[in-house]
Amino acid sequence: MGENVKASTQESSSSVPDFSNWSCPLPLAGYPTIVMGHGGGGKLGNELVEHLFLPAFRNPELENLGDAAVLDMGGARLAMSTDSFVVQPLFFPGGSIGELAVYGTVNDLAVSGAEPRFLSASFILEEGFPLAQLAAIVDDMAKAAAIAGVKIVTGDTKVVERGHGDGCYINTAGVGALRPGIQVGPHRAQAGDAILVSGMIGDHGMAIMSVREGLEFESQIRSDCAALNGLIAEVLAAAGTAVHTMRDPTRGGLASTLNEIAQSSGVGMEIDETSLPVRPEVQSACELLGLDPVYVANEGKVVFFVAPEAAQQVLSVLRAHPLGRDAARIGHVTAEHKRMLVARTAMGANRVIPTQIGEQLPRIC
Amino acid sequence: MKYLTEFRNGEIAQRMAREIHQIATRPWKIMEVCGGQTHSIIRNGIDQMLPAGIEMIHGPGCPVCVTPLELIDKALAIAAQPGVIFCSFGDMLRVPGTDADLFQVKGAGGDVRVVYSPLDAVELAAKNPDKQVVFFGVGFETTAPANAMSVHLAKRRGLKNFSLLVSHVLVPPAIAAILDSPGNKVQAFLLAGHVCSVMGYWEYPPLAAKYKVPLVVTGFEPLDLLDGIRRTVMQLEAGKHEVENAYERVVNFDGNQAAQKLLAEVFEVTDRAWRGIGVIPKSGWRLSAAYRDFDAEERFHITGIHTEESPLCHSGDVLRGAMKPSECGAFGKECTPRHPLGATMVSSEGACAAYYNYGRFISAEELAGAGSGLTGVTHG
Amino acid sequence: MCLAIPGKVEEILTEGDIRVGRVNFGGVIKRVCLDYVPEVEVGDYTIVHVGFALSKIDEESAQKTLAVFREMGMLDEELAGEEEAFARAAAAPQSACPDGSCAGK
Repeated sequence: MGENVKASTQESSSSVPDFSNWSCPLPLAGYPTIVMGHGGGGKLGNELVEHLFLPAFRNPELENLGDAAVLDMGGARLAMSTDSFVVQPLFFPGGSIGELAVYGTVNDLAVSGAEPRFLSASFILEEGFPLAQLAAIVDDMAKAAAIAGVKIVTGDTKVVERGHGDGCYINTAGVGALRPGIQVGPHRAQAGDAILVSGMIGDHGMAIMSVREGLEFESQIRSDCAALNGLIAEVLAAAGTAVHTMRDPTRGGLASTLNEIAQSSGVGMEIDETSLPVRPEVQSACELLGLDPVYVANEGKVVFFVAPEAAQQVLSVLRAHPLGRDAARIGHVTAEHKRMLVARTAMGANRVIPTQIGEQLPRIC
Repeated sequence: MKYLTEFRNGEIAQRMAREIHQIATRPWKIMEVCGGQTHSIIRNGIDQMLPAGIEMIHGPGCPVCVTPLELIDKALAIAAQPGVIFCSFGDMLRVPGTDADLFQVKGAGGDVRVVYSPLDAVELAAKNPDKQVVFFGVGFETTAPANAMSVHLAKRRGLKNFSLLVSHVLVPPAIAAILDSPGNKVQAFLLAGHVCSVMGYWEYPPLAAKYKVPLVVTGFEPLDLLDGIRRTVMQLEAGKHEVENAYERVVNFDGNQAAQKLLAEVFEVTDRAWRGIGVIPKSGWRLSAAYRDFDAEERFHITGIHTEESPLCHSGDVLRGAMKPSECGAFGKECTPRHPLGATMVSSEGACAAYYNYGRFISAEELAGAGSGLTGVTHG
Repeated sequence: MCLAIPGKVEEILTEGDIRVGRVNFGGVIKRVCLDYVPEVEVGDYTIVHVGFALSKIDEESAQKTLAVFREMGMLDEELAGEEEAFARAAAAPQSACPDGSCAGK
């Protein structure tokens, strides 16, 4: 276990990766091929980033590992972000892949403190994909862009053979203008910060689950996918630099996002389970499948790390906004148990909430 | 949710825990057999609320954990075959076989699908007549009725392309085996409430009488668990050894007659190997002669399986309650949920995973250094 | 084993050869096989595991149990001052003994 894989010093064949520049002595243990868990937003996915992409692409902008990269272009400060959308089914209660594609990148830029301006949209379409569905997706994207106040200014289309594509994959990339004076990032959370969440968690993931083959159920649960830049703009206008960190808890859920920030900032966190806002139907659906809402994806929520003296004000601003009505203060950052997320349960006991490993699977036990 | 949320009331739980503190005068070791109860105890911190002398020992009630390695390897071999749709509960997907797990088989091109119910697998068989649909039927008595119905329906509908890979295990023989094992320290058991919803609890009075241990049918929510533990402690303090039902709203003495009837038709008792423990005689169910045609092991003659457990893995000791996960040399090091060596670290209710995920991997020294407000140190 | 949760039967249908219930779990509805609980009717609560109802919930028994639980430890409350005891129990950092009277770690 833990042996270095040394590349030969001669020319290696094109199919053998060169491991000699890896930063970590542990190889990507256990999984010689990609598994679904690598895309789940948890530990496996993070490993790909840390052990493959980072060492290969090495640069300070990437190493920040924020939701968006902060770029200096001759004096102008820009943020850039990209996201790919492979969701199945393409149309689900409360949204579609088109809306996700626009909001996902808009939100990544917004939580980095930027005002999203321009998006690109690339499509990988499977041969045989119905044009009517593509039209519906594109229509959703146009509407979403209008709501978010961004323009889709460039794009690309590729087609792959039948059987190689799940219908439609979309990638969007976006650029936004960073606000002067605003410095937010996953490494900036500080002991004492209040942890706020803008609303109910778990809606999106359970909306998808409700239509997933083999697991379907009937419910009123709808995806929460939404553009968050308006909400964030109001919070920043009110609290400015008192906002240290923001992130939208997508795949891997609230738990993975809080763990990532705890890692980046080198702090501990404590949350109170009884103050987590969860829709009753989402809670029920999680009970049915044996899932934990803290690990379920969201597409229209923000977690804020705010200086304690500004917390109440931010909460008021959130609750006054249509997307933040159910905002809640869920915990605080601490200098203790660094890099660990601890929750106080309804029983009054403490439990550690680790980051997700792969994707959360329904269980019977 | 009605009949769920009320049994999670934190204030009542605190009071019930206080009652237990008042009645316990001596140390006691109680085992909960059911993995779902282990999960609930650890996730809610129930064991943290008990007096220091009451030790909850986590038993082998995790079907995922005790499914024999050889059967996992057979499952992997079947799932890897072209023309097979391999259906499983989500729990089984990351359990390590000798070389791989179902997730990896899926990654390599196997058609592996997670389903909520075995009936979904039967539907798949009906819809895909050109494929062989195999359902991984693991579980205790709770899950057996569902698996029995699936194969019963497949037979009734004349489906030739459905089969069951069976590894059912039974609770009473497991309890007896634990009580018989030399060095056993378990003094009482919480009986698995949902197993008893199917089987009733008529099987247990002979066990209680023979081994002189209290056996209390217990539910899964915090208040149910605390009540089961409270009643167990009361019996222990009073020197009683009776079977008691602390889950009356769901369980009755006779159990579910309709389920037991079909179980008797579809399954027959057999010896079973429990991963990490060994063979416990008459501790499992296999398909009866009338249903043997639907047995996946017979339909797919898998040979050449060479099973090998990691020498570092102590799942068996953990499952028997002989070792705490944190006492295992590999715990948190070579063996983590990310790189599990054995099933108890993979299964969401396996004792090792529960300990790791709910923060029991902090050693006493680290805890002392980390400051107040965080607990998780194991007892004793 | 045994993730089984309580749900309310909203509707009963026959699907092919099985008796199926549309069961409501706190707002989420799932189709469940009712063949093992022939006594369950619309309006009843039942425990469901992997898509099968295993037992009808005895609602009277459930209410009785809850009433007993609510009574538990009430005498302690009266002695200690109910609200203070609750507040202490709820706010106390977890220790071996909920009211802190045992020696800490």
